[in-house]
Amino acid sequence: MVYLTRKAEFSASHYYHNPEFTPEENQRIFGKCNNPHGHGHNYTLEVTVRGNVDQRSGFVVDLKELKDIMNREVIDAMDHRFLNKEVADFKDRIPTTENLAISIWQRLNSKLNLAELHRVRVYETPDLFVDYYGEA
Amino acid sequence: MKAYLTRRYWFSASHRLHSDDMSAEENHSVYGKCNNPHGHGHNYSLEITVAGQVDPRTGMVCNLMDLDSFVHKEILERFGHQNLNTLREFQRIVPTTENLCVEVYGVLKTGFHHAQVDKVRVEETMLNSFEYAGGEAIRF
Repeated sequence: MVYLTRKAEFSASHYYHNPEFTPEENQRIFGKCNNPHGHGHNYTLEVTVRGNVDQRSGFVVDLKELKDIMNREVIDAMDHRFLNKEVADFKDRIPTTENLAISIWQRLNSKLNLAELHRVRVYETPDLFVDYYGEA
Repeated sequence: MKAYLTRRYWFSASHRLHSDDMSAEENHSVYGKCNNPHGHGHNYSLEITVAGQVDPRTGMVCNLMDLDSFVHKEILERFGHQNLNTLREFQRIVPTTENLCVEVYGVLKTGFHHAQVDKVRVEETMLNSFEYAGGEAIRF
């Protein structure tokens, strides 16, 4: 079993707001992140897949195929977007880094046939990241 | 759904690696330059991983403000810009980064209750790093 990690970068804006909270609660819980006009990050995405090395190709997964899936399912959908308003995943879900990692997992997991998805890691900044392993 | 959130902090401190249980020669041979009696310093990078169910109301494992304020008060202010050997925590143990890692994990485990404390990772320099998950295997 070998684990392979592919990185990608995207930039997007978001804000944190729960319509069920009062304005005061939103402000207290989310602080500056509650600014309704949003703010942005340069996100780094790391996708780790695992599998046995194919005898003929020497690959766990065809990297080009993985890259294409990541581009199609994640980068094209999220890069240079306002996540709250332009990405359907966040219509009823706050686009925190946690939810971003879960959403990216869900987008990729159904599309990966050759290798098993092991981990999705999303860096919101170099000093803050979330890992999701598909756990309930 | 369970997620793991990691936040990185920085602090600078000095230490000297020296054990009273060893002779001067032994200390010198085991710890080398790190045994210099006046100590030396590092910029430590501290990565703290907490885990838990993502709260559907906030989208968070825990509020970063709670984690940041705890870490600043209980860890960065305690260890930052200190000579580690002078601290109560290191009167009986050598302030290696292994021991620092275990110590920081203990502070979190005892005092931080907003999420499950998963792991502590400390980089002493860009070339050395140490991880502790309370004796559990480190998840890759």
